[in-house]
Order: sequence, then C-alpha cells, then structure tokens
Amino acid sequence: MTSIFTHEFNTPIYKGKTSFNTGLYINGKFVEGSDKNTIDVINPATGKIITKVAEATSKDVDVAVAAAHKAFETTWGLNMGGAGRSRLLAKLAQLMEEHQQELAALEALDNGKTFTWAMDVDTTFAIDTIRYYAGWADKIHGQVVETDERKLSYTRHEPIGVVGQIIPWNFPLLMMSWKLGPALATGNCIVMKPSEFTPLTAIRMSELIHEAGFPPGTFNLLTGYGNTVGAAISSHMKIDKVAFTGSTLVGRKIMEAAAKSNLKDITLELGGKSPNIIFNDADVDQAVNWAAHGIYWNHGQACCAGSRIFVQSGIYDEFLSKFTEKTRSLKVGDPFDLDSYQGPQVSQLQYDRIMEYIQSGKDQGATVHLGGDRVGTEGFYINPTIFTDTTPDMKIVQEEIFGPVGVVIKFEDEEDVIRQANDTVFGLAAAVFSQNITRALTTAHRLKAGTAWVNCVNQLHANVPFGGFKQSGIGRELGEYALHNYTAVKSVQVNLGHVM
Amino acid sequence: MNSTLLSTKAKVCSVPACISTLIATGKITTKVAEATSKDVDIAVDAAQKAFDTTWGLNVGGAGRAKMLGKLAQLMEEHQQELSALESLNNGKTFSWAMNADIPIAIETIRYYAGWADKIHGQVQETDEKKLTYSRHEPIGVVGQIIPWNFPLVMMTWKIGPALATGNCIVMKPSEFTPLTALRMCELIQEAGFPPGVFNLLTGYGSTVGAAIASHMKIEKIAFTGSTLVGRKVMEAAAKSNLKNVTLELGGKNANIICNDADLDQAVSWAVHGSYWNHGQACTAGSRIFVQSGIYDEFLAKFTEKSRALKVGDPFSPDSYQGPQVSKNQFDRIMGFIQSGKDQGATVVLGGDRNGTEGYFINPTIFTDTTPDMKIVQEEIFGPVGVVIKFEDEEDVVQQANDSVFGLAAAVFSQNITRALTIAHRLKAGTVWVNCVNQIHPNVPFGGFKQSGIGRELGEYALANYTAVKAVQVNLGYVM
Repeated sequence: MTSIFTHEFNTPIYKGKTSFNTGLYINGKFVEGSDKNTIDVINPATGKIITKVAEATSKDVDVAVAAAHKAFETTWGLNMGGAGRSRLLAKLAQLMEEHQQELAALEALDNGKTFTWAMDVDTTFAIDTIRYYAGWADKIHGQVVETDERKLSYTRHEPIGVVGQIIPWNFPLLMMSWKLGPALATGNCIVMKPSEFTPLTAIRMSELIHEAGFPPGTFNLLTGYGNTVGAAISSHMKIDKVAFTGSTLVGRKIMEAAAKSNLKDITLELGGKSPNIIFNDADVDQAVNWAAHGIYWNHGQACCAGSRIFVQSGIYDEFLSKFTEKTRSLKVGDPFDLDSYQGPQVSQLQYDRIMEYIQSGKDQGATVHLGGDRVGTEGFYINPTIFTDTTPDMKIVQEEIFGPVGVVIKFEDEEDVIRQANDTVFGLAAAVFSQNITRALTTAHRLKAGTAWVNCVNQLHANVPFGGFKQSGIGRELGEYALHNYTAVKSVQVNLGHVM
Repeated sequence: MNSTLLSTKAKVCSVPACISTLIATGKITTKVAEATSKDVDIAVDAAQKAFDTTWGLNVGGAGRAKMLGKLAQLMEEHQQELSALESLNNGKTFSWAMNADIPIAIETIRYYAGWADKIHGQVQETDEKKLTYSRHEPIGVVGQIIPWNFPLVMMTWKIGPALATGNCIVMKPSEFTPLTALRMCELIQEAGFPPGVFNLLTGYGSTVGAAIASHMKIEKIAFTGSTLVGRKVMEAAAKSNLKNVTLELGGKNANIICNDADLDQAVSWAVHGSYWNHGQACTAGSRIFVQSGIYDEFLAKFTEKSRALKVGDPFSPDSYQGPQVSKNQFDRIMGFIQSGKDQGATVVLGGDRNGTEGYFINPTIFTDTTPDMKIVQEEIFGPVGVVIKFEDEEDVVQQANDSVFGLAAAVFSQNITRALTIAHRLKAGTVWVNCVNQIHPNVPFGGFKQSGIGRELGEYALANYTAVKAVQVNLGYVM
C-alpha cells in the first residue's frame, strides 16, 4: 500500500498545502517498490526527515521498461502524432503554472534553495521549457534528398523508443523538464530516476503528467539509488538511449555500462570549473554583481558556476573589495524567509565535501578572504566564501567544489589568462567581462566551453543549446539541438526505375 | 609508392616492425611500417599543432573547400591506379573497384568539399537586450579507425566531413588493407593540406586502435567495424576522457520479398544484396524472407543467378567475385557454413571453397533454417545467403526486427501501401524499397540498436565533427 505525503506550508513567504502519493509511478499507477523498501527524504534546512518515498529495485526497472515499450507500440510513439503530443505537453505546462507556488515550495523544502529563487527561476524556466518543446512536437522534420528522378530518398526522424533519464538534485524540477520536454515531444517513452536526495517535485509532476492525459507507460518515475536503479537503467538491454546529468565520475560509469550492454546512445551533462574573466575595461560594478551571481547562485550548486574568477591587475583591488562587500551582503537563512538569498546545501554529504575543499584550501596555503565556515549549528548552511592567493595546482582551483566557494585570481596578460582558463579537463561554460567588442568576442570565441557569456553569467533559455566540451559532457540539451538526442534517423530509398 | 607514415620521418622496414600485407592468394605484396602508441602521441601532437595554427578555424571554409576539391580531382586523375591497388589489397574485382568503390569515394570527397564553407550556427531570438548565437566549431583532433571491406570508401566517409568542418585527423586503416590509404596520404599532401592535418598510422587494433580510443588528447573517435570491437572503443572512450563516439557496426539485414514483388528484379537485387563485395558488407541482405506464393519460383531463379556468378581472379575482366580478404575471414566464414550444416540447414548451392589457392568461397545458399541457428542470428560477412519462407506479413516484420542489429533492410513489393508501411515498420537505419545496397553521399547512413551510434554521410555527418558553443552577449541586462 503506497502512502500519501501531506504537508502544510505555514511560512512568512508562502502558505499552502501539498498532498501526493509517494509510490513509484509505473504504467499510470503509483505502486510500492518490489522489495517494499523506502527512502528517507531529508529537509536540508533542519537535517530532519520530511517523508519517506518508495524505493525502486532493478525488478521495478524491468516492469517500467516493459510498460514503456507497450505504450510506445500502442498509445504513444508515432501512434499519437505530433499535434497530439503537442497538446498534452501544453496541458502539462498549464497544470504546472496552476500549481507553480506549490511546486516552488516543494522544491525549496526538498532541495534547500529559497522559495524566491524556486518561484522566479526554477519553476518559471521549467514551465517555459515544457511549453517550448510542446511547440516542437509537430515540427519534427526529416529530409527529402535529391538523388535522381528514378528514386525517392527521404529520412524519417523517428522516436527512439524507450529512453532512460537520470537527473540530479541541484535543479530537480528544471532538470526534469529539460529531459521530459524533448523526449516526449519527439514521441519517446521514458523511464526516469530522480535523485534520491530530491524526489518530491518529480513525484508531484508524475501526478500532473497523469492529469494532463499522457497515456499510462509513457512516463515512468522510479525513485531509487544510483547503484541500483541508475545502474539498471544504464545497462538495460531494452533501453535504447540514456541521458544523464550529474558528476563526471558517474558519467563515465554510465557510458561504460552503455558500451558493455547494448551500445545504447548516450548524452551526458557533467561537471565544470568555469572561468569568469574580468578585464580592466569591464564595467566593474556590473562585473561584481554578475560574478557574485556566477558563483553563489543556487549555493554554488550549479554545473556552470563561475568558480574561477580571473581579474586583471588594473582593477583587481577595486574588484576584490567590492566583490567582498557584495558577497558579505548575501543573506544566508531559511529558504522560506522573505529576505534569504541562500539556503542550506542539499545534504550532509555535500556539506562535508565542501567543507573538506575549504579545509584543503587553507591547508594548501590559500588565503580565506571571506567566510570559509558554517552558518549556525542546524542545517547544512555554509557562508559564501572567497579564496585568494591561490596557485593553479591547488585542489580548490582544479576540482569542482559545488558550493558557495569562489577563487579570485589576479592576471596580467590576456594570452596567458585564456591559456589558464582553458587549462582544465572541464569545458562547460565561461564568462568574459569587457566593454571592448573585439576583446570581448575574441576571448569568448577562444574559450573552450560549450557556453560563453559576455558581460553576464548563468543565463539560460529554453531555445539556446547547453552542453560541455571535453569532460564536461557529450551532446547538447535545449534548443532545436536536443531533438537530435531523441530521434533515430532512418533513410528510406524507394526505387522508381533503376533496373538491376 | 612510399610505404611510410605521413608525419614522421621515413622508416626502413624490417621485421618485426612491419606488417606484411597479404593478398588473397596468401602471398605477401609488400611490407608497411607498424605504428606504436608512441607514434600515436607524436601524431596527436602534430595534429593539435596544426589545429591551433594552420588548420581549424585558421583556414576558413573556402580554403578547406578548395583543398578537398583538389583532392577529389587528384583521386579522379589516379582512379585506375587506386582501383587496381584496392583490388590487389582487398581482393575485390578491379571492375567493382572502378565502377563502385572509387567513384563513390571521389563523390564523397567532392560532396563534403561543398559543405566546407556552409557550416552554419544559429542565431536564437531571446530579446533585444541580448545577442544569442551558437557556433559550430571544429572539435580539434579526431581519431578515425576504418575497416578492410571498403578501405578507400570508408576512408572518404571519415575524412570528408571531418576535414570539411576543420578538424585534424589521426587515422588507423585496417592492417589487412592499408595500401590505398597510404597512397591517399600522398594525394592529400599533393592537394596542399598542411602537415599534421591528416596523419595515417598503419598498425594493429590492440595497439594503435586502443591508443587512439583511450588517448587523453583526442576529443572524438569514429569507428567502423565489428560490434565486438565497437564496444571496446566506447568503453575506452568512457574510461579515458569521455570523448564523443560514433560507431558503424555489424548487421544481419532482412530482405523481405512479398508475393506481389517484381520477381525477376527481386532475384537480381537479392543476388546483389547477398554477394556484392563477397558478402563483406555491413548492409548485406543476409536474411532473405520470401513469401510462400513465390517462394519456389524465387528460389529456383535465385539459385540459377547465384550459380552464374563467376568467382575468379580480381583482375580477370569477367570475374564477379574475388577472394575473401584474409585467411582469418575465410576460416570464419567456412566455420559458419559448417555450423549451418551441423545445425541441420539445407545447402542449396555452394557451401565450399573455390579452387585450392587463395581465399575463394563459392556463393552459398541455405534453406530450411530455424530462427535460432547461428547462420540466421550472427553476421557471417561472406557470400552466404539464408532464404526463409514466410506466410504472414505481421509475422515477417516481427521476425525481421527480431535481431540485436538494425543497420539496413529491404522490401520488395509493387503495392505502394504494403511497400512503404513495411519499410516504415522495420527497425533499421536504412530501408531500401525495390532495391538494395544503394549508397549516396548525401543520404545518411547508420544503425539502430547494436548496429551503431550516430549517422554518417549527408548533412547529418557534420554534427559528428562539430562542437556547439552557445555565445550570449549581454546588451543591456543590469544585475
């Protein structure tokens, strides 16, 4: 018997109620895990349990895959047609909009991000993403290729079939929409595993997906762990594609499992150590504000976080002083307080990891210019932290911290800073601040990153592609580009007269 | 002809540092240098240097177009020589090499020369306080590993899109068939490609291939070959630097011939499907499903036609089929034929060696098979066709799709509804209707399921060799 989770929000910024089934969502029904185990979902602001949700096993993955295949062959795939898929996705976007505050509150409760950010960015962008892909659903075009008049040659961009999707805990609902949107628009059926740390909005979304009218089996949600459910999905012989967002370490395992099982297609969105280069001719005040947004947005838990801040020597002192002031002004507090900017990190595990990095910075001789410590005694709160006087080989300069820890590095020479910025195994994003058009764009073009921001950071749009160079990933999400990840190209050549 | 590596100094060949290239009579043609993983490192460094200075975005599309155009022209001037070399090394007949392989190869290079200055990113509308665009940049240094069945054609499918989009290449041809690739190096140099842009390393899979697949400075690898090795390539990519991977692997392709087919044409095409290139084609129509109404007539005509194919010296004007490429392959195919006999299938034609010298196998037809037999399940890669009777359309589509492979398929029917509906339902990257094995440089090619990842040819191949970078320029948002 699956249980219902009910929660009353009575906070300064939001009052409301949420209530939903905590089972696995398979074939249109909420069910218990086959082993009948559950997972505790923790509130990172307090460290206490919010609720339990069902835990899936690899047996449940098999059941979900079978249901997905059945739906693909009968009620979904090319049986539905683009217009029908478009209508359902639009209905889903509409339902998300109707429940936006509830979803934002749930996200803040589960992840620890502030309700304000969840409302203004996460849920808004998630709704826009679903709406954007609803628009693509009936515009999936193959090509007709001219060869000669005794032949008709064309390509079909068919749905792949059953796709596996594994999403992370840093932007749970948003990452879900980036995956759902293009996969459903192109006619695929989904078996999805949300993060075991942040499953709540995904489970609530399952109800909305059901309400929107998606046929049973089209979308299936299995809450569970990476080494059981995630592994089962990436090595499943009947899943023909897996999309993963998470750490580079796990990304490798996914690709390896795909190779060893059935050579399923893969796309990966992995880590980053993105440089933010601020030249002497930048608008310094703006650069300060953007740089703070670059590293402290979402508590530093963003794959594209501008964690290496290179500041040219002419403005270094002014920048550092203003940046420190700005950072000091960021309010760390309860996600549901009216004026909180930054809530807790998502879990004990992440908290420990970040504090270890901070310690390594201290041990390796960097200067803690600001912060570097916990806030309060309850919940996983860390003060926005600035390190200076680093050397390139330090862990805090090389490795992805995924916390509110920025490293500020002085530079002199343009050529050298571009070399330093590119000297990393990662290549997810980068930013340049300069008012000179030639310098700004030339630098942007030379940076080895999938996204280069000029005079801004962390700007994302549903129609603009996103993804990594090098070990930051394989493939592109968002935009028209994402459709390619979820379609199988079939060439059909009809002989109209060639005689053998 | 200079049998050395392109971007390293000339090596004097001596055993054991050489690979002996055999031809189908089993005699040595020549020796070529053998590369090691150290040579891969040198080549990658040269390629990276070229990418940063004389190639990549330093040349520009028009420049790349011109050089590719020149290469196509040089290939055309040397077409007969290339055909003869291909035939000598691979065993395919000189006629097929002249009429199919080399023309397709030249057309492919010419096709991609045309794309080189048409690599377009997008400009996306967000709002007027921002300029948002995507660049389709070359990836950098790409690794390419090509097979022995269509050596020159496979080389062009790889270098065409890779060079057109501005990448530098480290390529390993098959150790069985390196000769046309080596000759091409000289043409590539003559065409004016800067040093380091293209590098060819003759060597073995377990050394050079493995070094390329796991190289930390190669950002993308493209492989054509067996599914077994394809897995290793993808695994190595995952364990090293998560390089992008495209794979063109095996097939066990269904050829479905319905009662309402043009029977004589179906027979001729089925012969082409099974025996072209001695069955050494990933697209070989190796499972021939014939509807019961025409089965007997089809089998009789198909047998006659197959019997009439002349197996002989590749340089004899009337040979249709030469030897298989190597002893290894010969043994493998004979092993499958034996398994067919052991498992109880009927040999209607062939099933034996042709002659006593060289790796010649007679065109072979099996009937009376069951779905679980090895000759029905596994890719044989030889001149062996399996003919299967069917009754029911639904059932034959299900049988055709019941394979881990999904590379190609064919349907023969004169009924427009039946022909296209079946074509659309077949789980394969290419479906031919009333023809088989038709390849065009502008039509994408690739596999569903375990037949591969990604698409080659056409506009589609450009995506394999470009890295998308989104640039967002703030023109007015105040933070």
